[in-house]
Amino acid sequence: MNILSVENLSLSFGGLAALTDITFQVRAGEIFSIIGPNGAGKTSILNCIGGFYKPQQGRITLDGKDVTKTSPDRRAAMGLARTFQNIALFRGMTVLDNIKLGAHARLKTSLLQALLYWGPAHAEEMALREDVEKDVIDFLEIEPIRKLPVGALAYGLQKRVELARALAMRPKVLLMDEPVAGMNAEETEDMARFVLDIKEERGGTIVLIEHDMDVIMDISDRVMVLNFGHKIAEGTPEEIQHHPEVIKAYLGEKKN
Amino acid sequence: MRVGDFKESYAADEAVFRTSTARFWLGVFLVALAVFPFVAGDYLLYMANLTGVAIVAAVGLNILTGAAGQISLGHAAFVGIGAYTSAILVTRLGLPFLLCLPLSGLAAAFFGVIVGAPSMRMKGLYLCIATLAAQVIFEFIFVHWVPVTGGIRGINVPAATVFGLQLDTEFKFYFVTIPIVILVVTAARNLFRTRVGRAFIAIRDRDISAELMGINLFQYKLYAFATSSFFAGVAGCLNVFLLKVVTPEHFPLHESVRYLAMIIVGGLGSVLGSIFGAIFMTMVPEALQSLLNLFQGLDPAVMEYLFPLQTVIFGLLIVVFLVFEPQGLAEIWRRVKDYFRLWPFEH
Repeated sequence: MNILSVENLSLSFGGLAALTDITFQVRAGEIFSIIGPNGAGKTSILNCIGGFYKPQQGRITLDGKDVTKTSPDRRAAMGLARTFQNIALFRGMTVLDNIKLGAHARLKTSLLQALLYWGPAHAEEMALREDVEKDVIDFLEIEPIRKLPVGALAYGLQKRVELARALAMRPKVLLMDEPVAGMNAEETEDMARFVLDIKEERGGTIVLIEHDMDVIMDISDRVMVLNFGHKIAEGTPEEIQHHPEVIKAYLGEKKN
Repeated sequence: MRVGDFKESYAADEAVFRTSTARFWLGVFLVALAVFPFVAGDYLLYMANLTGVAIVAAVGLNILTGAAGQISLGHAAFVGIGAYTSAILVTRLGLPFLLCLPLSGLAAAFFGVIVGAPSMRMKGLYLCIATLAAQVIFEFIFVHWVPVTGGIRGINVPAATVFGLQLDTEFKFYFVTIPIVILVVTAARNLFRTRVGRAFIAIRDRDISAELMGINLFQYKLYAFATSSFFAGVAGCLNVFLLKVVTPEHFPLHESVRYLAMIIVGGLGSVLGSIFGAIFMTMVPEALQSLLNLFQGLDPAVMEYLFPLQTVIFGLLIVVFLVFEPQGLAEIWRRVKDYFRLWPFEH
């Protein structure tokens, strides 16, 4: 079953075409990777799916509903979560508060209840704390740092907290933009394992952008390749590795 | 981490005052607040009441500017709206003080939402200029809508009455100010324990990723404006019944700047910081004044230069604070607490 589908997506900035006629489907419960050289339009696709960019053409469907015209915050509430290439945590908050923020859209506390913090607001916060502890903090093994401000954390841990925040949203589709960029081998392995666990233990659907080919080829179910805003190939990791267009995009052509 | 600080439930871990030491000192502080009026003179009580009003207003501004990151140069105007609402309600309709209090807040919140509307399209300095416009417009209305506001002569108000008791002295008014300050501070602190307060901070730290987290930016910015100006309105109401008069002179632009200075000196985004900042900005000028009064006997020519010195020293103090502790008094307080946590052992 397709949980996310993108049809004939085109995006341009002024005269510059960032994406041209991109179509793909993501099936529920798979890891779908998007690769391509720098500037190929990978992040632009995520920004269109998230609602941050408004594409000139095309249709985006999330879980059977057309979301092309939906605002970013509504899409998030519908089950779309995102981690960023350049970490976008809220630096003034603790790890715990950052993660709790992920649950924002499914909480109910109103402004008035928040000021009183008595009865429903208190009950909701306590249930949330328990939820977040069991569901996310334990899963990602970040118990020791939960009370620290995120600004004080090492880069690899910040990436993990960002994933935690996204998981707290209980997303139907998780968009991950370069989750292992700039990490050492051990951190990369940890992250790859978490991504696989999200798929296998929780049945999560993940759209992944990454430059680390080892990770991509190891954990992806299907891979789509972009070059200069065009889709040039789609298939299993093995098919992609031997695809002539992909080899040309990455390695260049042989001179005759 | 604190030695021996173990919690058995999430509720205990999420409490505001997490340790018995903290709760003990809170108790001591509340007792001191209750005893204070019986030992202090009228002047000190007057200063305490003024400080209380400033705390309520500063807590409000800190929600909007410190937490949600929307700089406002119009906070004094909202205090003014609250003040005029109270004055009009009590002189024309004879409404009781306790009813004026929330109504002033609501009136200010209503205008706060209107002034906050441009925040949908504007950020940072641009929004700041929009709130400056609000300040100027409301000041103009206070001065020139004479049939309603009484123009520059303002409105005289009778002493507030609570349950048949006239609050005609500083002593009696103190017992109204302090509970309201405690209520407002508690409400603000509560706000930041829930999703609403977290959303405010998220908008300040990274508005784009806040939106992708499912936060409706416009709605929450308006919430911040409404809450902030509600507290400003309440402060305005207290101000009127404290001074028994309201005139446009009480709410000029530099009063807005003073509120901003309070939250910057105290600590942006911190409820405790708003309290420290309000105390600092109200008490220190007075202290400097009495210090300079010690030189009263000097040559008049020298005094002429000495008196403006108060403003200069005060300005310098603020600059020194910002240079050495940009996080404000709240941060200094945190460091002092950390030091005494393990005292007398250094590590």
